[in-house]
Amino acid sequence: MLRIAALLSVCLMLAAPSSAQQADAPIQQLIQSQSELILKSSRRTIGPAIDALANSGLPEAQVVLDKWQTREMWVNEESGLFVYAEEIDRDTLRIFDFADGSEIGVVSDDGFDQIKPNSGIRGLIGTALVQFQLSDPNPETRQRALDAIERGAEESHLAALRGSLAAETDETILARKERLERLLTIAYGATNEERIEAIQSFDGDLGVDVRAALNPLLAVRVEAAGTLPEADDIGRVLKPGTDALSRDEAYELLVRADLAKPRISIEAQRTALIENISDGQVAGIQVATLDSQSARDMAYAALADQGTVTPVATEAEVDERLASHVFYERYIGAPPEVVVAAQLALKSIENKVALNQTFDLSLDALSLASIYFLAAIGLAITFGVMGVINMAHGEFIMMGAYTGYVVQLFIPDYTLSILVAIPLAFAVTFGAGVAMERLVIRWLYHRPLETLLATFGISIALQQIAKNIFGTQARPLTAPGWLDGSLVINDIVSISYIRIAIFVLALLFLALFLFVMNRTRLGLEVRAVTQNPRMAASMGINPDKINMLTFGFGSGVAGIAGVAIGLYAKVTSEMGSDYIVQSFMTVVVGGVGNIWGTLLGATMVGFLQKGIEWFNPSNTLAAQTYMILFIILFIQFRPKGIIALKGRAAEA
Amino acid sequence: MTEAALPRRQPFAMRFPSVMVFLAILALFTVGVTILSEGFGIGVISTSFVKTLGKTLCLCLVALAMDLVWGYCGILSLGHMAFFGLGGYAIGMWLMYARTEIIVLESLAAAPLPPTPEEVTNGIATQIFGVVGASEFPPIWAFAHSLPLQLAAVVIVPGLLALVFGWLAFRSRVTGVYLSILTQAMTLALSLHLFQNDSGLRGNNGLSGLQNLPGLSDVPQSIVSMWFFWGSALALALGYLLCTWVVSGKFGSVIRAIRDDEARVRFLGYPVEAFKLVIFTLTAVIAGIAGALYYPQAGIINPAEIAPIASIYLAVWVAIGGRGRLYGAVIGAAFVSLLSTWFTGGQAPDINLGFYTISWVDWWTVLLGLSFVAVTLFAPKGIGGLVDILIDRKSPNRHGADLGPDQGALREQEADK
Repeated sequence: MLRIAALLSVCLMLAAPSSAQQADAPIQQLIQSQSELILKSSRRTIGPAIDALANSGLPEAQVVLDKWQTREMWVNEESGLFVYAEEIDRDTLRIFDFADGSEIGVVSDDGFDQIKPNSGIRGLIGTALVQFQLSDPNPETRQRALDAIERGAEESHLAALRGSLAAETDETILARKERLERLLTIAYGATNEERIEAIQSFDGDLGVDVRAALNPLLAVRVEAAGTLPEADDIGRVLKPGTDALSRDEAYELLVRADLAKPRISIEAQRTALIENISDGQVAGIQVATLDSQSARDMAYAALADQGTVTPVATEAEVDERLASHVFYERYIGAPPEVVVAAQLALKSIENKVALNQTFDLSLDALSLASIYFLAAIGLAITFGVMGVINMAHGEFIMMGAYTGYVVQLFIPDYTLSILVAIPLAFAVTFGAGVAMERLVIRWLYHRPLETLLATFGISIALQQIAKNIFGTQARPLTAPGWLDGSLVINDIVSISYIRIAIFVLALLFLALFLFVMNRTRLGLEVRAVTQNPRMAASMGINPDKINMLTFGFGSGVAGIAGVAIGLYAKVTSEMGSDYIVQSFMTVVVGGVGNIWGTLLGATMVGFLQKGIEWFNPSNTLAAQTYMILFIILFIQFRPKGIIALKGRAAEA
Repeated sequence: MTEAALPRRQPFAMRFPSVMVFLAILALFTVGVTILSEGFGIGVISTSFVKTLGKTLCLCLVALAMDLVWGYCGILSLGHMAFFGLGGYAIGMWLMYARTEIIVLESLAAAPLPPTPEEVTNGIATQIFGVVGASEFPPIWAFAHSLPLQLAAVVIVPGLLALVFGWLAFRSRVTGVYLSILTQAMTLALSLHLFQNDSGLRGNNGLSGLQNLPGLSDVPQSIVSMWFFWGSALALALGYLLCTWVVSGKFGSVIRAIRDDEARVRFLGYPVEAFKLVIFTLTAVIAGIAGALYYPQAGIINPAEIAPIASIYLAVWVAIGGRGRLYGAVIGAAFVSLLSTWFTGGQAPDINLGFYTISWVDWWTVLLGLSFVAVTLFAPKGIGGLVDILIDRKSPNRHGADLGPDQGALREQEADK
């Protein structure tokens, strides 16, 4: 029933005469003149049609290109006139006139053919459209056009860009256009002077786009000749067998230039030998003896003598050919003067880039150092001040991080949950630390090896308990929204806000530690008890209580560090063991019993690791390996760390 | 140990009755397993369990080494499982090379041309290193084709590493917990290095297929496992004799003195660092040999086996068994590792608490960790302490005074005689 109704309506529409189309409008005539190319729709031949439209100067041309690109252009099979249309449903179209954009009517698509440009043609149309968009009244369209040019610049864009500069009113867009114009001048400028001027204007610019524009100018082609030609566009002379040009590549070059006989690969030689086996022999040589490369070479040479296979170069010939030719680079990207200017500009840019990269690396190292410092500061208290070696310290960090995760399950607001998590993590790990000190550690004072093993037992147990409760997969600890993103200083130097926050937190911890140790009663008593417990006890200090509080404080700090580290890395049951060795290294390298030493130790370890990563960026495992080796060696020379305690304090 | 103080003219067996007891038990055990095995006996014990027992013997051997270095010399090394792993890697390289060589030669034998040495080498390299995306032999595989050289490497590589590391550490007077952390750092560095794909030892994948002996593919695993079992038992017996010999006599007295008070021994004129270095290197070599026997039975070795936690477990075994006595280490290693196999293998019955079911696969590690704390706190002598009760040996009563002059010295409750 429905189908019949639809059929009826189509018939009605077909019956309705379409309102007249302006067949003689200039734009329609222009399209008609190119209709053959448009209908052929081939990427190779479409160029003139697009150019004709783009350069026509007709305001409607933009609409035509636009609709063509989005596959909304249709052609009337009868009259051959072009229209644009929107599809109402599968069979019906609402068609419009290109000349004035007026609706012609609703028709069946039976009489119309859709023009379907392929992606190559659409790209060409897009390029042509850019020049219209550059002067579009809508600033967003202009920005988009600039984006399109940045993605794929063409020679034609330069003129369009220059043309649109004068009329530009928006200052930011004007600045972008001017910069882009200079970049395009580098690539497509008409004269060398113009290009060199544009290159020089970018002296010391850090933009990636500048380097992307300059590098193609320095493109080279490796060539070989008997003697080095005297020309301006000759770059480096290469020696075969170096990193820049391997022997195989060099010889391949000679072969391609017909300056040497071809060589044969081992595989091809083998195939050739196998093809020529007859009666268990190759060229009179027994197959069974061909079990070494030299024997095979001989057999092949014998075959070549017989004329069965093409002769190939021997090693000696290869050596001789390579020695008698000179290999050099020829600049093919630009004329020599431009190359020189580009080299100078790139050099100044590279110097500046190197400087900025060093700065960026330092920022990275500093943030890594603050993470190590955070992880180690609790240890600096329990190990450094009390001399208790707590291998479960990493698990306290993990407990803090999991506390943060659990808090986030209950409080969905991230800012609030972090604010709650920090004191809660402190409380949880403080409690755990006090319990551990009461139950285990205090029985083992002055027996460091036993302490180490017992706390290891606790560490193993805590890790497994966390695994049993939270599972093995990583849990997220999400930072509040205002910590997302990063502080971008320029194209090279940037640092994420979360790293800044961790750095600030590390500084706060340092201040807190110094305040507690040097300015409070607790700190005084802690120092007294660690230096001489009996004397402290006779002064009315309760060493048991102080030891308990100190251990709790150290553990609590580890819990807060856990929240911070959890924000930066994923929370897993093994996150503690990832940090424990590095934390101990930090404390030992810095010098036990001195917070400034820990700070220096963390800085050293952080910078060292980033420095090693810089040499071999793909491999953080190797960086850690070398860092640990370095620390082992460092301890050889300063066994007591960077800041060694002297005198009585060292023995306490 | 009172043995050292006894007159030296007596025969070895008389001076060390505990050694004779130990060797007798070990011999009985070996014969018993042989009779019950599938390969040579009535088949009560499955081949995989024979392998487990053989591996346990190797663990006992490395625990012996750990006891020597920690229980007798006072160096809590957290790196001996790294030496163990290095021994395993050294033998594993040969096993893997030789077996792959046979496979490659077989496949090339069908080719119309006889293979050149280069083709064979490239074929083996592609087979072994294809998994890490390489096709060339790294330099450390230079000796992998030769069994004698790799057997030498089993001893030399851990020994040399221990020698260099120990020399660096001892000469700068790194002692106590610092040394422990340093050895742990070494272990971590080594395992991180081996985890890399370009370390030349197949990175994370490790070496595998080690249970197949090259050229003996037609010998069933039930027989091969017994060979390794006997080998492990023999190595343990020899290792036990060697350790007994080392800790007896003057040398043994000096290293125990170093454990109790290093500074005093130094003042008496003994080259403390040299003694420690000898013990450290010797135990590393024993650990390497134990590893070389262990991994062919395990069949696979990867860097996770070297991770610091393995060395900590080693210390756990020795502590639970009772350090400072050789049979203690053996008992601890056998007891804990077999118990661990039983629990983690899912054979232990789960405990239903009504609201929660304790599954031992998950909770065994917790139990181990906590029992370790308990042993450290309440039974510093470990399981071996039971022997003292059995033979009614009493510690000297010092009325709570230290046995040595400073804090590092042995406490009364730790004294093992």
